[in-house]
Amino acid sequence: MQLTGAQALIKSLEQQGVDTIFGLPGGAILPVYDPLIDSSIRHILVRHEQGAGHMAEGYALATGRPGVAMVTSGPGATNIVTPIANAHMDSTPLVIVTGQVASSAIGTDAFQECDITGITMGITKHNFLVKSAQEIPRAVAAAFHLATTGRPGPVLIDIPKDVAQSMMDWWYPSSIEEYDLPGYRPEVELDDDAVMRAVALIGESERPVLYVGGGTLKSHAAAELLAFAERTKMPVVTTLMARGAFPDSHEQHLGMPGMHGTYSAVTAIQKSDLLISLGARFDDRVTGKIPAFAPNAKVIHVDIDRAEFNKVRHAEVAIQSNVAAALRAFDGYGATPRNLDVWWKEIRGWREQYPLVYDAPTDEGPLRPQHVIEAIAAKSGAGTIVASGVGQHQMWASQFWKFEEPGTWVNSGGAGTMGFGVPSAIGAKVGRPDRTVWCIDGDGCFQMTAQELVTARSEGIPIKVAILNNAYLGMVRQWQEMFYEERYSEVYLSADLPDYVKWAESMGCVGLRATNLKEMHEVIDEANKINDVPVVIDFRTDASEKVFPMVASGASNDDIMVHPLQRGASR
Amino acid sequence: MTATPEPFLGATDHTPVRHHILSVLVENKAGVLARIAGLFARRGFNIYSLAVAPAESNARFSRVTIVVDAESAPLEQIVGQLDKLVNVVAITDISPKDALERELLLATIKTDVDNRTSLLDIIANAGAAIVDVDAKSVTVMLAATPGGCDELERALESYDGVELHRTGRVALPRLGKLASA
Ligand SMILES: Cc1ncc(C[n+]2csc(CCOP(=O)(O)OP(=O)(O)O)c2C)c(N)n1
Ligand SMILES: [Mg+2]
Repeated sequence: MQLTGAQALIKSLEQQGVDTIFGLPGGAILPVYDPLIDSSIRHILVRHEQGAGHMAEGYALATGRPGVAMVTSGPGATNIVTPIANAHMDSTPLVIVTGQVASSAIGTDAFQECDITGITMGITKHNFLVKSAQEIPRAVAAAFHLATTGRPGPVLIDIPKDVAQSMMDWWYPSSIEEYDLPGYRPEVELDDDAVMRAVALIGESERPVLYVGGGTLKSHAAAELLAFAERTKMPVVTTLMARGAFPDSHEQHLGMPGMHGTYSAVTAIQKSDLLISLGARFDDRVTGKIPAFAPNAKVIHVDIDRAEFNKVRHAEVAIQSNVAAALRAFDGYGATPRNLDVWWKEIRGWREQYPLVYDAPTDEGPLRPQHVIEAIAAKSGAGTIVASGVGQHQMWASQFWKFEEPGTWVNSGGAGTMGFGVPSAIGAKVGRPDRTVWCIDGDGCFQMTAQELVTARSEGIPIKVAILNNAYLGMVRQWQEMFYEERYSEVYLSADLPDYVKWAESMGCVGLRATNLKEMHEVIDEANKINDVPVVIDFRTDASEKVFPMVASGASNDDIMVHPLQRGASR
Repeated sequence: MTATPEPFLGATDHTPVRHHILSVLVENKAGVLARIAGLFARRGFNIYSLAVAPAESNARFSRVTIVVDAESAPLEQIVGQLDKLVNVVAITDISPKDALERELLLATIKTDVDNRTSLLDIIANAGAAIVDVDAKSVTVMLAATPGGCDELERALESYDGVELHRTGRVALPRLGKLASA
């Protein structure tokens, strides 16, 4: 069967089971948009290519399947660089197709030419410049294989216009051998010896902590984690990237570690004698000052990526494996720590003394942002998916929402990309139309990518957006207040400009506003009744609220600052 | 015939002792060198020298010999990150004391016919060969250990107008020494 390269590309994507592409056409990718008309694949026309990338990420995080985005060359390609970098940091599986100028024009500074494979070399797991139409099926199959196996990540396929237009004999690789990836071996045999040493370390431990990272979600190991944790009775912490990997309601869960982690999670790690890292990477937002991090702990480091071992923290035992297989192996050997009663007594003491708290809400407002999040959570059904932007609202969402299952938290962790919230929520809703999707956003973040609500409205994707409008780039304001003597520099945004309600309405969404407690409850109830169009709520929140606990950047986790309400109490 | 064991030369002028030699088999695809160079640059790993050539009898692969600064980052990190490049097929790490290292040096020395006696001594001492000659200049070649190349380079310092190029080293494990992958 003879096909054009463009037809072969679409057919290859169909072959991979792709149901949705997020994208926006242009000159170099035009040939591919023609066969798309006849395809079963749904295309979602975004208003900015950054939106396409974050939607693909939201889709991937909510479904566990790779997200797919397609854009044109030059500015189309550079506009999607931020989501690619974001996905690279968070190991999110994406396949991005970019158009490129014709082969003969490459290197001539042709119209809308840009070296996107060069630009994205350091922020993709791999990328391809496809040189002939015959090679398209192999590139697509290899891209999906790379994006989804081992440590997942974004893979980019750059297709020159003439390659898309030229003819090929249809074929599709039927085995991994045909992908032509001689240097790629994602799965390694579990090192039994290392497992035995880990089991021995666990056996000696009196103060263990399960330090659960995003890799636990990526390897679909939530069930294994629950079984292992319940059998061994070990305390569990879940990083920002792992929220939902272990139920927040579970007695053994201490919450999130790190800069804005719970007191009990941070302190349990500090005082532990054994840290079992499961797909986590000792990010500086978790460790604080590295030499002072968990100073008495031995480390068992489980990761599929061996380059994570000893990168930040020395590991007594390193196990290259996906998390699920390693946990099964630990269970198989009956790994069990010593009696943990004393350890739990201490941990419970911290948990009771320093729970997450905030100032009591007042009837007349301004609203407490933490309270708004709790109120939305209380009025949401099980399985609701929460996306967020980056800033204070993100930390509060992670702290005060209760995550019970994988795939319910859609968030930008490693890169901290403002503007991630709205488009990623849209992508999550496309992937999980059966679920309610809330975006907990900041006023600053909302302004970066809000135009995608036009996409949501026109494509019939009814997400709900809660803007925690504190009129500030709040997280930066918090740092300036605490570490720059309240010298506020370029952080004020205004609560009224733009008018978020009118803006929402102009994009075909329902716009609501709440300034006091009564309105807060009313608008949430109203939003929950709307299931056909997107809803945007402007919650007027207190600008002076700060995120606590907090470990100052570069400080030791021992110097954790608790909420002012808890200060003065003896530790 | 038995080869005489070669003494460990350790640090050379251009490469301190804490270097390591990575012999990296890569797919012969466009951009592979940029991927390697980019990785070293963005992770802050230093390279002392880098030599590339088509790999033994297979046009699909090239061999890149990278002399890395094992001080700038732990070797384990460098190898682990390098191995993640999809086009990298195999990495052999040879520690300097287990390596047979060789490098090629080419130098053109400006010197007229009447003043060549001392230069000819230097060339003979170094075991270098004269590969080109005219009335005003001599071009010599030396294939030797990096330390041997250093010595010749130093000996030529007293001459003005020397144009000298070195290739960077290639290496194989000494016989009986295991290289680690
Ligand atoms: C693209 C981008 N630019 C800048 C920053 C730095 N930054 C981190 S949080 C933040 C403020 C976010 O403001 P807002 O969305 O209103 O959230 P808030 O902290 O007020 O809840 C900024 C500017 C960033 N993370 N991302
Ligand atoms: Mg704000």
